[in-house]
Amino acid sequence: MLITTPNLTRPDETYAALIATHEGLSEAESHALNARLILILMNHIGDDAVLTEAMRLARDKGGQAA
Amino acid sequence: MTDLVPERYTLAFRLYPYAKSPDQEAATPARHKVIVVGGGPIGLATALDLGRRGVPVLLLDDHEGAGLGSRALCFSKRTLEICDRLGAAGPMLDKGVQWNVGKVFHDDRLLYEFNLLPEAGHAFPAFINLQQPWFEKFMHDAILDAQAEGAPIELRGRNRVDAVIPAADHVALDVMTPDGPYRLEADWLIACDGARSPLRGMMGLSFDGRVFEDNFLIADVKMKADFPTERWFWFEPHFKSGDSALLHKQPDDIWRIDFQLGWNIDRAKELEPANIRARVDAMLGPGVEYELDWCSIYTFQCRRMGRFRHGRVLFAGDSAHQVSPFGARGANSGIQDVDNLAWKLALVLDGAAPEALLDTYDSERVHGADENILNSTRATDFITPKTPVSKMLRNAVLELAETLPFARTVVNSGRLSLPCTYDGSALNGPDHAAMPARTRPGSPCPDAPVAGGWLLNRLGRGFTLLTIGAPAPEVLTAHGLAVPRLALDATPEIRDRYLGDAEAAVYLIRPDQHVAARWDHYSAGAVSDALARAIGKE
Repeated sequence: MLITTPNLTRPDETYAALIATHEGLSEAESHALNARLILILMNHIGDDAVLTEAMRLARDKGGQAA
Repeated sequence: MTDLVPERYTLAFRLYPYAKSPDQEAATPARHKVIVVGGGPIGLATALDLGRRGVPVLLLDDHEGAGLGSRALCFSKRTLEICDRLGAAGPMLDKGVQWNVGKVFHDDRLLYEFNLLPEAGHAFPAFINLQQPWFEKFMHDAILDAQAEGAPIELRGRNRVDAVIPAADHVALDVMTPDGPYRLEADWLIACDGARSPLRGMMGLSFDGRVFEDNFLIADVKMKADFPTERWFWFEPHFKSGDSALLHKQPDDIWRIDFQLGWNIDRAKELEPANIRARVDAMLGPGVEYELDWCSIYTFQCRRMGRFRHGRVLFAGDSAHQVSPFGARGANSGIQDVDNLAWKLALVLDGAAPEALLDTYDSERVHGADENILNSTRATDFITPKTPVSKMLRNAVLELAETLPFARTVVNSGRLSLPCTYDGSALNGPDHAAMPARTRPGSPCPDAPVAGGWLLNRLGRGFTLLTIGAPAPEVLTAHGLAVPRLALDATPEIRDRYLGDAEAAVYLIRPDQHVAARWDHYSAGAVSDALARAIGKE
């Protein structure tokens, strides 16, 4: 079951860290970093059903298109 | 004088020279029980399996033996097990190169290596590499052995089928020979005439699927190299030959090099020896001496026929389905077609099973073909990403694979051929929840060491009742079939592969060594019902 309720322990800090991770990278390098990050997080989650649900939600822009 | 059946390719082995048959002078067309068209690996195996079962079979081929060129190269454990049942595996194993280790490179970096067979206790290795002409030769040698023992198999070389006329109770064929045409009739016709199947074309049947816009160059080189016997695969290789490359060992100091070239190429130019040598030199590095043995450029498609049975005509192997070469799923899946078809056709011809049993050849092997096409398509899409974003994600996987083992599970340079489980087949009977998933109904029996040899060796040519710690009669007779019992001790391998958490087990095993049904005790009624189901009587 995909968690869509607030779940980040430190939302502001984590988001700032995500932006900081991309600092100094070209757009192409940033896209590549995002790709690696997605794969690492996918493995952490592991569950195919949860991931499929997350992909659907991302494709629907968080549910707007539904 | 015109050559009525000209050779389209050079032979590696002349196996069944043309000889005039009395059928060619017959006043009315001779009727045969089964005619197989095509003398490749699948046609030869079909003739051998049927002949070994006592079914009279005639094989026609427009050549006189095995064509030159390594072509199908990697033969899987399941293929070897089936060939062993047919009496052909020994020489294949002796001549073939065994390998278990694969290495995956990106550019010039080794990402990781893998071992194919972590599980001990199997008679055959995960794969052997053996050039297709040798596979065909050994299959033919086994046919000669079977003929010597009385198996009713006949092979006719330079007999080209020019027309096929299906009828309700037979199929007529117009056959061309060096002595002119003649007509034959068959109760059943099995088309093993390859991806470009002339029979499929003559019958106007479609063969739909996906074309992959890519060309691959095979360069077989002969050299005394000290590369280990491993499969080496490169994504975006540093020697700049294209998107991927593969190096694989064959018998006789020959190495298969497979270069992905892309779509818009000048085929004739790429096949010039100087251009092939330039690619090979860049790959092997300076100062390596080699000879070019055989070279070919191929493209591929992933596709299958809508149905593999069309009345009295059955399609098997590449004539019915075609996949990319990644994963060694071509010849290996064709041999599984044979394994599935031969016993069913033999039972139908004996009158022991209804004709409807043959429809399960279609449903089970279509299931197998779809699984192969899915795997092969996924490998192809990983090796050649179709969009910029899929290429970025693919390269992200490769970047992570060097240090993070999880990413290696996503790397796909071909998921190597494993036999499919016929989940949901109409022939499957009861399952038992406490027993291992890998031996559920529909699964191919995993081999295991047993007293005096190997389990698969001990299974009979027909159905077998396998018991582990369960009393049962030595032979069950039902539905016109005698099913012998094979009682096994619960060794660690048998416990792991067949018993699981159950106290005892009774398995009904099909003639193709797939599980039909299983229980935790013997009941004559239950086994008899499952047997009826497994031969299409339900």
